[in-house]
Amino acid sequence: MNIDWSALASVAGVSLVATVGLVGLFTLGIVGLSKQQQSARTTGYAAFAVCAAAVAYGLYLIAG
Amino acid sequence: MEHLTLLIGVVIVTALVFDFTNGFHDTANAMATTISTGALAPKAAVAMSAVLNLVGAFLSVQVAKTISGGIIDEKAGVKPEVIFAALVGAIVWNLVTWLAGLPSSSSHALFGGLIGATLVAVGAHGIHGNAIVMKILIPAVVSPFVAGLAAMLATRVTYRVGRNADPEATSKGYRAGQIASAALVSLAHGTSDAQKTMGVITLALVTGGMVAPHSDPPLWVILAAASAMGLGTYLGGWRIIRTMGKKLTDIQPPQGFAAQTAAATTILASSHLGFALSTTHVVSGAVTGTGLGRQGAVVRWGVVRRMVLSWLITLPAAGLVAGGATFVALQGGWGVLLVGLLGLAVCAGSWLVSMRKPVDHTNVNDIDELVPPRQPAAAPAFDAFAADPALTATIPAPQPNATRKEAAL
Repeated sequence: MNIDWSALASVAGVSLVATVGLVGLFTLGIVGLSKQQQSARTTGYAAFAVCAAAVAYGLYLIAG
Repeated sequence: MEHLTLLIGVVIVTALVFDFTNGFHDTANAMATTISTGALAPKAAVAMSAVLNLVGAFLSVQVAKTISGGIIDEKAGVKPEVIFAALVGAIVWNLVTWLAGLPSSSSHALFGGLIGATLVAVGAHGIHGNAIVMKILIPAVVSPFVAGLAAMLATRVTYRVGRNADPEATSKGYRAGQIASAALVSLAHGTSDAQKTMGVITLALVTGGMVAPHSDPPLWVILAAASAMGLGTYLGGWRIIRTMGKKLTDIQPPQGFAAQTAAATTILASSHLGFALSTTHVVSGAVTGTGLGRQGAVVRWGVVRRMVLSWLITLPAAGLVAGGATFVALQGGWGVLLVGLLGLAVCAGSWLVSMRKPVDHTNVNDIDELVPPRQPAAAPAFDAFAADPALTATIPAPQPNATRKEAAL
């Protein structure tokens, strides 16, 4: 029996980091846009842009 | 090249029926949290999931190939009767778990059916034991924990980052996040699960000599499988949606978003590396994890325990039904007929039993009605969670967006 532990570990690691990163970024975006200051809103838009890029990469992976 | 025989035709229709049950069994995976938090009205949610499943089915044919040549040895002499029996086993198990509202894995039902039928028909050399452990069993054990841990941490992060924000101002953002992450899960589900049916139909065509081994599924197979799954998804397995969205834990919009994001990334990361994950296991793990991540949220471990138990028995149970069906089907034409009739009887019976206490888009979010205070003479509903005292003990507090939900119904 040959169990590919490194592949399992990398799936686990990527899933954890990507989930926490994306959710954190998206929340930053939501919080940023809920405020009035221009700087907060800009940060919010930037965070959303990174999330959108990550989703686009996800779509690319699905189709791949 | 041989002609399409009656038997192959029956196998194809049965495969599409399985695909249909797969669709409505797994609607919950993408949409349970979206529906329970009111981010989308129930009908709109299943319609969106159906369309995305349909689209997803056209995106790739990688998984379809691993079925027809992966766990089952194509050259071991698997006959169409055997595939037919395998599908009947998978369908029967899917219907029984749906009646009980149990989110069990449709993929495991299909794999169990194929393995059981092959074992009875040609023996242990017909299956690839190594591939079963590496591609099915290990991911099945690991993935719910990974998704659960990711969802738990992500829930903590999102509540911490958003702790000073005005809930009124952030609710729209969380709603959008939930819809987007649920859409990704739907798409990934269409890509992986519709392909499993395509793989089975291709396997049947290979055994009948109509297409060459290791070939891509023909276009009409892709079209038929995608449509069957889309239809099933649109019908919606409301019983399972209720279990996942309401019974495991009470989900708030930020949690729904965190759980679906965890599910989507876990599914994508692992399918990219070649593990055939069960979407059901991943999403259930993520929902449980998000319940652990929010302070004050209650995870109902009784429900979790029954769900995990159903996961453990899904593969052997579907295998057992399929094995028995194979034994009968291999007796000749009357055997196939008998298996078909019994399968139809189970379908009709499940539907009749479900009608006793229907769960649909109008009552999917009401769990307190499950345990009516004074109705001892009510017809016993076949629902694994109907008599759960934990459900009466923790009736969820009214949510701020409850009015929108009611308006949408």
